Amino acid sequence: MIYWLFSILIQGTFPKVEEHSLWITPSSDTLMVQVINYDQLKPLLHSKSDTTYVVNFWATWCAPCVQELPFFLEMDSVYHNQPFKLLLVSLDFKKDYIRKLEPFVRERKIEDHVVVLEDNRANFWIGDIDPEWSGAIPATLVYRGEKRAFFERTFHHADELHDIVKPFLNL
Amino acid sequence: MKSQIGKLLLALFTFTLISAVAPVVDAYKVGEQAADFSLKNVDGSMVSLADYKGVNGYIVVFTCNTCPYAEMYEDRIIALHNKYASQGYPVVAINPNDPSVKPGDDFASMQTRSKEKKFPFKYLFDDGQKVYPAFGATRTPHVFLLDANRYIRYIGAIDDNAQDASLVSVKYLENAIASLKAGNNPDPSETKAIGCTIKVKS
Repeated sequence: MIYWLFSILIQGTFPKVEEHSLWITPSSDTLMVQVINYDQLKPLLHSKSDTTYVVNFWATWCAPCVQELPFFLEMDSVYHNQPFKLLLVSLDFKKDYIRKLEPFVRERKIEDHVVVLEDNRANFWIGDIDPEWSGAIPATLVYRGEKRAFFERTFHHADELHDIVKPFLNL
Repeated sequence: MKSQIGKLLLALFTFTLISAVAPVVDAYKVGEQAADFSLKNVDGSMVSLADYKGVNGYIVVFTCNTCPYAEMYEDRIIALHNKYASQGYPVVAINPNDPSVKPGDDFASMQTRSKEKKFPFKYLFDDGQKVYPAFGATRTPHVFLLDANRYIRYIGAIDDNAQDASLVSVKYLENAIASLKAGNNPDPSETKAIGCTIKVKS
């Protein structure tokens, strides 16, 4: 303890070991991505505005999710001039927020699209999002006003995703 | 005539499209009887539910080697078997994934995993992927609690906290088993949880 205080005084900084230990106990305050519960997410799934929302449920541990992610980002860049919004709802594990999710999000510069859903009431909110959703990911909700469609599936080509979103844009 | 052919082609195309994205149509529901199956166990023997003698039911779990959710539940599935097999409810684990899509879920890897973790239950390979669609399994892990006559009494999650077993507040599956033992219908009889998709060729 005395050594620790002493080294702070001398080096004007924390010793390496202490610095590392700060990373072992992450709090959501230190996260760049926003962590929300289902009550906070739900309004984003029921916006009354005249915007087409594409909401993708994914996680860094989910290989097919990561594989289809570029199609969503490509779509966002195509429609960025239209009333279109892409929301990527991460279902990553708490232990992975800092170790995996943050670097992933930063590397791909997708901060503006990502929120993390942290809510133990999965048995409630999975069915509330869509009664037909079993809980497998990837899964995608597309909606505009009252018009909604839910897809518990993986997209293997950009075209497949465009085909399901187009009808919402050309109302 | 031409437009009729066009319509027919469109209908055919639509049908193909629908059947391609929605493979699970006639999946079992709670209250329906599951057909028996014959799948290869990690020890090389073929296993059917009928091979289990004098049981009160079966805890059929679709799970795999590679899904992080399945991994988080692995120890709990072992504990379930250790607790309930002697009460007549053995765990029957089935890997539904196509190993050509998910390499770590091939039969040899199943054998390795079973040995490493000393699985006390049978770990079967759904080779050809015929069994999981019949059950309507969509994710790993996905539990189906059957009674002695193979009627499905509960479908869903093991409990309500995958990430931390110590923070579980409702043990859905154990409650369902307790209901069966008391002669009641499980309530809830179905629950949902996040999980990995079952891997199939696209």
